[in-house]
Amino acid sequence: MIDEFDLTPNQLDAMREIGNVGAGNAATALSQVLNKKIDMNVPKVSLIPIEDVPDLVGGPDALIVAVFLRVYGKAPGNILFLMPKENAFFMVDDLMGRPHGTTQELGEMEVSALKEVGNILTGSYLNSFFHFTNIAMIPSIPSMAMDMAGAILNIVLVQLGQMGDYALVIETKFLAEDDSVQGHFFLVPDPGSLGTLVKAVGVE
Amino acid sequence: MADLIKVGMADYKVGRSPSNLISYGLGSCIGVSLYDPVRKVGGLLHIMLPDSTQARASDNPAKFADTGIPLMINDVVALGATKARLVAKLAGGAQMFAFSNATDIMRVGTRNAEVCKQVLKRNGIKIIAEDTGGNYGRTVSIDLATGVYKVKTIDRGEKTI
Repeated sequence: MIDEFDLTPNQLDAMREIGNVGAGNAATALSQVLNKKIDMNVPKVSLIPIEDVPDLVGGPDALIVAVFLRVYGKAPGNILFLMPKENAFFMVDDLMGRPHGTTQELGEMEVSALKEVGNILTGSYLNSFFHFTNIAMIPSIPSMAMDMAGAILNIVLVQLGQMGDYALVIETKFLAEDDSVQGHFFLVPDPGSLGTLVKAVGVE
Repeated sequence: MADLIKVGMADYKVGRSPSNLISYGLGSCIGVSLYDPVRKVGGLLHIMLPDSTQARASDNPAKFADTGIPLMINDVVALGATKARLVAKLAGGAQMFAFSNATDIMRVGTRNAEVCKQVLKRNGIKIIAEDTGGNYGRTVSIDLATGVYKVKTIDRGEKTI
C-alpha cells in the first residue's frame, strides 16, 4: 500500500490537477444552479496532521453547515462540502429565489435544498474524476449537519486516524462574485485509495 | 483570571487549581476528565478512537482510549493526585451524521464511550458523571478549582455535569 509519505511532488501535482478539473466542473454546475458567477481557487493538496484539519475551516468550534457523502468504488473516500452558517443560509435564499436574509433556520425544505447542492457538486466533481482516471466513484446519498467544525470533521478523521496520523486533503474554495456564497469542498481519499489513484494518473 | 489551557484532538493536558482545561468541537470523540478533589489536580484527554490494537501503527497514544487514559492517570498522579481518590467524567461520543446503513466507523462514538468506561473501571477509577451520545457537537472544559465539568453545545445550551 502506498503511504501519504511516499507520494512524490509530481504525484501530488497530478492529484492537484485532477482536483482542479473536478472542481472546475463543480463550480460551473454550482453557478448554473444559483444563476450567479462562482469562482474557485486552484485546489490545495495538503498533507496535514489530523488534529490540524479543523483549522482549515475556522477552528474546531466554528459553526458550519456540512453536506457529507461517502464515496464507494475502487478508490473509496469521503466528500465534505462545508460552509459558514450565514453563507449556507444565503445559498438557500438563492436557491429558493428569496431575498438574502429570509432563511433564519434550516427546515426540511432548506436541508433538502442544501443536500441537493451537495449532490450536484459531488456528481460533477466525480464525473470529471472518472474521465481523468477511469476509476468509477459512486457517491452515497448526502447527509447534512449544522454544528461545530471539529465535531463534523470527526467522521472523516476517525477513519484516517485508524491508519495513521496524517490526512491527505484535496481542498477547493468556492466564492460567488457578490461574496454571498462561499464554501470549501473537500475530497479526502481513504488511505488505501491513494495507490489506486496515483496509479490511475500514471505518474511515477 | 485563571489559566485556560487548550487540549487539542488526540491530546491531553494535566494541571492544578486554578487552571481550566478546555477542548473544542468534539463529535464522536470523547473528553475524559480526571480530578482529585482534595489535591485539586486533574486532567483532560480528547480521544478519537477506542482501541489502539485495532489500528495501524500510530505515534500518538493520546489518540486512543486504551492507551491515552493510563497515560493521563500517570501524569495526574505525578502532579500529586492520589489514584484512589480520582474521579472521572465523560462527554462526547456523538454520531454526527445519520445514515440508514451506518457502518461501524459512523458508530464509533458509542464504542468510544464503552471502551473509556472499561479502561477507567480496569484502573479502579469511578465515573461520577457522563453526557454521551446524541447527534451534536460538544465543547468541554473542567475547572480544576472545583472539578466542575462544563459541556457547551450549539443548539442545546450549556450544562455542567
